[in-house]
Formats: sequence, structure tokens, C-alpha cells
Amino acid sequence: MTALAADSDGHVFSQPVLFMRISLFITCFNDTMFPETGRAVVRLLERLGHTVEFPMGQTCCGQMHYNTGYQREAIPLVRHFVDVFREAEVVVSPSASCVGMVRHLYPAAAELANDPKLAEEVEALRPRVFELSEFLVGKLGVEDVGAYYPHRVTYHPTCHSLRMLKVGDAPLRLLRAVRGIDLVELPQATECCGFGGTFAVKNSDTSMAMLGDKLRCVLETKAEVCCSADNSCLMHIGGALHRQRAGVGTIHLAEILASTGTETEDRHGL
Amino acid sequence: MGSEGLPTAPPIPFQDAAKVSLANAQLRRNMGKATRTIRGKRELVVAEMPDWEGLREAGRAIKERTIRHLDRALIQLEASVQQAGGQVHWARDAEEARKIVADVAKSHDVKAVIKVKSLTTDEIGLNAELEAAGIEVTETDLAELIVQLAGDRSSHILVPAIHKNRSEIRELFREKLGAENLSDEPKELARVAREHLRKKFLTTTMAVSGANFAIAETGTVCVVESEGNGRMCLTLPNVLVSVMGIEKVIPEWNDLEVFMQLLPRSSTAERMNPYTSFWTGVTPGDGPQEFHLILLDNGRTRALADPHGRESLYCIRCSACLNICPVYERTGGHAYNSVYPGPIGAILTPLLVGEQNAPSLPYASSLCGACYEVCPVKINIPEILIHLRGKVVRHKQDQEGLRGRLDPEGLAMKLLAWTFREPGRFETAQRLGRIGQWPLVKNGTIEHLPGPVADWSAMRDLVPVPEQSFREWWRTRT
Repeated sequence: MTALAADSDGHVFSQPVLFMRISLFITCFNDTMFPETGRAVVRLLERLGHTVEFPMGQTCCGQMHYNTGYQREAIPLVRHFVDVFREAEVVVSPSASCVGMVRHLYPAAAELANDPKLAEEVEALRPRVFELSEFLVGKLGVEDVGAYYPHRVTYHPTCHSLRMLKVGDAPLRLLRAVRGIDLVELPQATECCGFGGTFAVKNSDTSMAMLGDKLRCVLETKAEVCCSADNSCLMHIGGALHRQRAGVGTIHLAEILASTGTETEDRHGL
Repeated sequence: MGSEGLPTAPPIPFQDAAKVSLANAQLRRNMGKATRTIRGKRELVVAEMPDWEGLREAGRAIKERTIRHLDRALIQLEASVQQAGGQVHWARDAEEARKIVADVAKSHDVKAVIKVKSLTTDEIGLNAELEAAGIEVTETDLAELIVQLAGDRSSHILVPAIHKNRSEIRELFREKLGAENLSDEPKELARVAREHLRKKFLTTTMAVSGANFAIAETGTVCVVESEGNGRMCLTLPNVLVSVMGIEKVIPEWNDLEVFMQLLPRSSTAERMNPYTSFWTGVTPGDGPQEFHLILLDNGRTRALADPHGRESLYCIRCSACLNICPVYERTGGHAYNSVYPGPIGAILTPLLVGEQNAPSLPYASSLCGACYEVCPVKINIPEILIHLRGKVVRHKQDQEGLRGRLDPEGLAMKLLAWTFREPGRFETAQRLGRIGQWPLVKNGTIEHLPGPVADWSAMRDLVPVPEQSFREWWRTRT
């Protein structure tokens, strides 16, 4: 499914032969708070030759409601998501936890709604919804996306990407192929950062105790930026780094992968 | 918490109880060290098993099948135990179970009992009942003895005194067992406990145990342990009473093979545990001459009636989920206010007592999923936590009247859900957020949030809503 191609500097990277029409699910959270991540996903996928569309009807997958117990309230959002993406060839999102909601919890939501038709539509849509890194590595077979990011980076695998979606080392494969990057391993990487959605507020003391240990590990790496595949965990980690004036930034994986060092949008994480 | 090991009304919410332990540096160090050590060892002994995933599947399948036909398995067990000379009692709740044990003790006029470490007897609050009846109770498991001497509560299902370190234990033994000049060497601590217990083993005529497994086919009861105190209790006294939850039954001898591989590796990180005792009814001239088996419900049929929560009854009490849980590691077990702490406790407790009586426990998790990964019978703890959160909220909305319906969190969630139902509303909300945040933004960051989200900014800054949303940008492209 892949072939070799070269960029303007003569750098060779693998290029998918198959071009897809990709529907982006940016997520309400990224749409509102981290639009730069969404723009990076568009730049990256278009650079790889794919057609990208953003269905304007999309809002929220309902994860926060569902996981906090407001499951009846989440059902209309599940229906809405299915309505918006029903026709999509493939749905790609820069959030592992939102994809986890769709793939793993939508069936239970449809069951709670007592709506067999919704359950059927969920079953049809589920296998076409992917988190960005698993889509690139698993579906497109790409590891080198032609990115350039000359910084010391450490990667925090989010719990949902690791244990719910089981993306494995897909994000690390993508990062290892980035030119100029100094990728340092995060100690105790697989341990939760303590975000957990509304857990961060409802159990803020425990959340902070977990975050404290995560920060210690991040700082130990002497990385300039901490990278992850979900901006929600990053907002939590980054919020505390900023409060401590640690001088260490956070960046979404998509933004590193989109970076070529030539575009105005290239953000260096701080 | 009442006299029983399970909450009977909403106790102190987990998030408040946790504040106490989180601020205790000694406890954090004890817990961190202990859980890190045990989970590291578990990982090694699990990794050496080529068929671990197959074993987990098999363990789960046996439990699933048994729980589905629990009625038949229990009746078969009852008949087998009776045939082998044992007596079987059915206890609907903690009170009935306690009474049965106390009656057995009274019928023999015993003044003291020795106990094998048992969560089920802690669950029913047995010790307090027996002591009130003038019967001296001695816990014979070392950690359980430590907890008993300290007048403390267990904080771990396998290592009840995990929250205590050796110098704390030395002080306790000096005070309670009169062991002067004692050092904090584990060997010496164990010696003092052994001398104290040996006298009890040789003089006490009645023992109480729990059960890890009971085999319906043969009526054989099984206790798995490490110290040998269990073997003493199960063989020396004349009268033995075993209290087991009804979910502990398994159909056949052959099924044990699976659990005997799963349990020690998952719990103590051992390939094989030191002592596994089996007994079938009464054997004349050998061991206890009177045996009582109490089959305890105490909420288990309530859990069984919940199709999504049911699988929590597959639990074999290995404690792997406690040891891997980042929340449990930091809060310790007492914050859960239940004899069953940690991830399994956060689902089992509300399932046994009703979610309205333990409403904060399903929220005592970041849903990281580490517990599900290590569970030897593959209980999907994160999904059950989410399911129970739904039950907590629906109970609040449907059965707590106006107060439940006017709950500020509930109203905010409803408003948000309404907003997300229409992209136009969502976009308006985005704009309102951007405009409305100005009093909070100082030097490009938000350091103080108001009201219910104030806890976010207690220790974290927040980035402000940027000038242009993604959808606004997308519109400029096309």
C-alpha cells in the first residue's frame, strides 16, 4: 500500500499509493481550545495526498456526558455523530479518547437508548473510525511522513490510546521517523497522568497526586516538549508545567508530524 | 461505616476521605514502595507463562458459566457437603451469617475462636459480634493480626497492613505483645507473632475461615494462603465454620487447575503459593469433627441481577487491580470505606449495597484501564465503573425529587448536551466563551477559575479560548 516518494529537499519518505477521502472528526474540545491541532491534521493528511473534509454539522461525541454518568443526555449526541458521519468513507480524529468513546462505548449507549436501528448504524460506523496515529501506521502503512522537528521531545502514551484503542507503538514509530528530533523515553510512561475527564475536577487532589509523579518523569527527561495523542491529557500536564513555570511545553503529535520547518504554522511547542 | 465491612448509607465521599491519605507522606511512601514491588514481580511471573491470555480466557469462561447457572451449582454443593458429613447454612445477609457463627460457638460453649484471614468475615463484621458475645477472636494471618492489634482497618484485600511499615509494626508489637527490645527486622517481627499465635493454635477449639473456592461436584472447600496459619486453623480445632460468598462455587475439580495458575501469580506474584488446603466435610479421627459451611448472599444476588455489573462476581480476590491502580497507590485503601477497596471495590461495593449507598466510588477512577489489563478473569472494570456512574446519576435524577433534578452539575450537563445537539448552538457557545472569558485571562493565561471548576485551577493554569475556532478557520479555506 505504500511507495517511496521524495520531498523538495530530496528526503525520501514512504507515500501511500491509495488516496483516501478522509472525514475529520476534530472533536468539540480541539475545535474550541486547540484549533492548531486540527489545522495540523489537515496539513499533514493533505501533504500525504489525501482529500480531507470537515463535516460542519459535527459537534461532540458525548464522551464527557457518558463517562460522567449523564448517559441519557449523551444519547442524542451519539445519534448526532452517527447522522453526521454515516456516509463517511473513513473518519479520522486527533483524539484517542473520543475515538475510544465511539468504538467502545457507542454500542452500550445504543443499548441504553433501546434503539436497535441506532445500534445497527453504530456497528456499521465503528470500524471506520480511527485515531490519527493508528490510521497513519495501521491503515495507510506510513511511518515517515516527511516531518522535521529539531527538538528534544518525550512522548506520553495516553491511557485510552494505549489500553482502549491499543495503538501500540504507532505514535513512536511516527516520531522516530521525524528528522532532527531528539526523542527521549519517558520513565513510567504507561502510567496515567491523572486527567481522566471530570475526574480531574471531581477528584482533583488524587488527580494532582498522579500528575505530580508524571511531571517528575517529564522533567527528568530534560525534554523541551512533552508530546501526546490527546490534547485533554496535555492540557492537564501542560497546565501544571505552566503553573510551575517549568519552561517545558506540550504539543500534540499531529503538530510535530505536520511540521516541516518551512511553514508559518510550525509551532515549536512553547 | 457501620459495624459491617460494607457501607450501609453514603459514607464520607471518596474524594474527601482521599484528602487525608494523600497528605500523609509516610503512607504515600509505604504504599508506593509496596505496590511498585509487587506489580514488578507480578509482571515477571506472568510474562513467563506462554499461555497467560488463554488462562485468563479459561478462568473467565468457567466463572461465566458457573454464575449463569449459580442456582444449580449451589444446590449441588449443598448436597455434596452434606453427604460428606458437613452442615450447610444459607445466610441472606450479614446479620444472619453472624448469628449462625455465634450460635455454633454458643452450642459448644467456646470462649475463643481463631480465624483464617477472610474478607467475607470482615465483610459481615463478624469479629465485633463474637466479641460482644464474650468470645475472644484471634486473627492468625500476620498482617490481619497487625491490623487487629492496632484496632485499625484493613487497607488491602491481600496485604491488610500494607499501609504500615516495619518500624510502625515494631512499635505495635512492643506495646501490645510486650515484646521488649524488639528490632524491626522482619524475621524477628515474625518470630514474636509466631510465639503469640502458637499458644492460640494449641488451645483454641473452634476456627472460622473464608473460602477461595468450593467445588460443587465433591463438596470440597479450598483455602489458598502463604503463612501456614490457615493450615493450623483448618486442622487443629474440633469445630470449623467457613463463610463463603455464593459466587465462590466452581463446578468441578478440573476447573481448579486454571485458577491455581492464575491466582498466585496475580496476587503474591508467586508461581505457586506455599499452602493450599482442601477439606471435604468431616473425616473421622482427622481434623475438625464438626464442619459448617455458610453460603452468604449479602448483596450478591443484587449484583447478579445487573447484567452489566454481574461479571464483578467473577473476582477471585487476587488484588492485582489494587496493586496496579494509580489511584489506589496514592490514596490507600481506607478512602474507599469498604472492606473491598481499589478498582474491584469501586465496582463491587456499589453493586453489593446499591449504588445510592456508595455513590462516590464509581468516580474514584481516572478510567485508565490498567486494572482490566491485569485482571486474571478479565473483568472489564472501567466499563462497569462507567455503567455504575450512569446508575448513580439516574438514581439522583429519578429518585431524589426536586433536589436531584435541580443539582447544579446535572443542570450544567443538560445545558451542555442541549448545546451540542445543534452545530449552530455549539458555535454560539464557542463565541460566548471567547468573549466571556476576558475577566479571567491575565497575561494570556487563566490562573483562577470560578465555581465548580475552581479545583482545576488550584494547581493548573488553563489556556484561554483562542481567537479563531477550527471551524471558523475551515470556513475561510473554502
